[in-house]
Amino acid sequence: MSMTRREFLQVLAAASAAGLVLDSKQVLAGNVPSNFYEIPPYGNVSLLHMTDCHAQLLPIYFREPSVNIGVGGALGKVPHLVGEHLLKHFNIKPNTIEAHAFTYLNFEQAARTYGKVGGFAHLKTLVDRVRASRPGALLMDSGDTWQGSGTALWTKGQDMVEACIELGVNVMSPHWEFTQGAERVMEIVNGDFKKHGIEFLAQNVVTNDFGDQVFKPYVIKTINGVQVAIIGQAFPYTPIANPRYMVPDWSFGIRDDSMQKFVNEARAKGAQVVVVLSHNGMDVDLKMASRVTGIDVIFGGHTHDGVPQPVPVKNAKGVTLVTNAGSNGKFLGVMDFDVKGGKIRGWKYRLVPVFSNLLPADKKMEALIKRVRKPYEAKLNEKLAVTEGLLYRRGNFNGSWDQLIMDAMMQVKGADAAFSPGFRWGTSLLPGDTITMELLLDQTATTYSYSTLTEMTGQTIKDVMEDVCDNLFNPDPYYQQGGDMVRVGGITYALNPYEKMGKRISDLRLKGKPLDPNKTYKVAGWAPVAEGASGTPIWDVVAEYLRTVKTVTPRKLNNPRLIGVKQNDPGIADYTASV
Amino acid sequence: MNHQRRTVLKGVGSAAAVGVAAAAGLLKPTAVFAADRSAFDAKGVDAVMKALKATGAADSRDIVVKAPDIAENGAVVPVEVTSSIAGTDSIAIIAEKNAFPMVGEFDLSNGAQGFISTRIKLANTSHVRAVVKAGGKVFTAAKEVKVTIGGCGG
Repeated sequence: MSMTRREFLQVLAAASAAGLVLDSKQVLAGNVPSNFYEIPPYGNVSLLHMTDCHAQLLPIYFREPSVNIGVGGALGKVPHLVGEHLLKHFNIKPNTIEAHAFTYLNFEQAARTYGKVGGFAHLKTLVDRVRASRPGALLMDSGDTWQGSGTALWTKGQDMVEACIELGVNVMSPHWEFTQGAERVMEIVNGDFKKHGIEFLAQNVVTNDFGDQVFKPYVIKTINGVQVAIIGQAFPYTPIANPRYMVPDWSFGIRDDSMQKFVNEARAKGAQVVVVLSHNGMDVDLKMASRVTGIDVIFGGHTHDGVPQPVPVKNAKGVTLVTNAGSNGKFLGVMDFDVKGGKIRGWKYRLVPVFSNLLPADKKMEALIKRVRKPYEAKLNEKLAVTEGLLYRRGNFNGSWDQLIMDAMMQVKGADAAFSPGFRWGTSLLPGDTITMELLLDQTATTYSYSTLTEMTGQTIKDVMEDVCDNLFNPDPYYQQGGDMVRVGGITYALNPYEKMGKRISDLRLKGKPLDPNKTYKVAGWAPVAEGASGTPIWDVVAEYLRTVKTVTPRKLNNPRLIGVKQNDPGIADYTASV
Repeated sequence: MNHQRRTVLKGVGSAAAVGVAAAAGLLKPTAVFAADRSAFDAKGVDAVMKALKATGAADSRDIVVKAPDIAENGAVVPVEVTSSIAGTDSIAIIAEKNAFPMVGEFDLSNGAQGFISTRIKLANTSHVRAVVKAGGKVFTAAKEVKVTIGGCGG
């Protein structure tokens, strides 16, 4: 039965991919400009930028969000544009390879047509090509590189460290890196990174006791005779969003004032170009750009926004450009400056999508990836189940992958309800794809992915949801943490993003009955940040479920009913609950 | 050198003691916690302000309350208050949403710089308010610090 269904789906998919033309190769030839990867050089200083690859060494699928609502000053502005609104804003033609790269539109068919994205062997080819026409160009990584896969977890990030050395990364700023623990971070920074001259920068990480800098705050590099300062900004809320006990002696925060101090210091030392390599998240970067003066560009990550062109932000002394370069190895940002007489006279930016079918694999990188995976191949390749529906994570409220994880948790643990963290990493699977252990780990692999079963009162459930919701929809970006809303299984609810904390969540119901604030419910969850937490790894819980069901039917998303969100909000489209 | 300083101080006392010692350099040792006992027993900001004889204090941009936007640990939130008001006599700190909001009042003397640095406990997301007395007048400023359960980040 499941075989028949799978075969049927494959036929269906092939037919739909074919669409107007006969096979996908023809679509490719017709729709992809032959010079897609010819990026003419400009100026005399080039910076290449990648971010949030989440340890994805191999090509993957990644569906961009259809729900990414902006609040306060961010309403309807970049990066809170989805689908057609994003295409229109950036003047991208619909039904093109670019439209597929930057939006969720027509995802399944387009993914089958254009194939997978990213993969370090293909990224390496692109980086080398871009570098060949830009002598002296530097490659910068905004972090979230040492986490996100089974091999990164099992090798404590070593696979990614070696891949980044091979790729030619010059400068990096961190976030999930810290979940490898402070000691391991220092081991890499003072070991492999030092040996290969890779700078690990974070101006906003200081010791708890004296406030001393833990890492180098910035570096000044000379590119074709021009002094370029790169200042690192780690994710400011690492010890809150991730376990505090992993970095017990360090304090983070946004630290505008010390950012300003380092910008001034770098300028005083003669830097003609000053950029920030940031893991703030785009909304925080936009606010920082309006407050700190003297920064030319903030190269950002964390919020996984694939933003085709920089956003110019005015501040007291000039304009700062803010970029965000997507996630999962899907994009490479290329910024070219024309610097003359100590000033930037012009710039050009492209966020180049990495389509692995269009970029041959670099042989050395391919061999490296093969080598680091070898000890784990059998485990990674275990076939757990086949999915009939599209599986993805990214979006403000829920994704089909999270729904599957929560369905599995509730079933295996006998819970009334489930919470799944609003992580933005995790790849996508097309209907008919086999869910391997590797693909399950792409959704779940962290150093603290314990599964939990907790008794919570209805009031506590609401309080938790309110708390997380404020981290997403606080109108002041400096109070946002850059994740999405906690995914909720079993309990239906309504949500108003524009309310104040404590008033956004309403109408909580379990099986149609209002949640009793005083009654206790069994809630399954995973990835607790508290010290001393324990439990079966979440991937084992979900794997057990998948091995039993064998076929995963399309998931029914438990999305909140939205209050206060306008039908024409450009940050939401194709939503599967009422707005 | 930093490493040495840390080693020396670890021999002397805990990190918490260090914080107090650093701040105490600017204070009259005997005057720490100079506020009337009633301020510490008062519940609610209004009652504390009353006990401090600071009701109706004027908002001042010359007071800077420096604290994290989101607390990394609600049990030890670093707070710095700088008052550039001439003749600052004392600086009090109030955690508005704590069951007992009064945190402490620091008397400054002999033209000491209007600066204090300490760590406070915050029960909930709250404004941290500074009350400055100078030349018989009272001024105030506040900064919101969010206390969250954490998790679920990017």
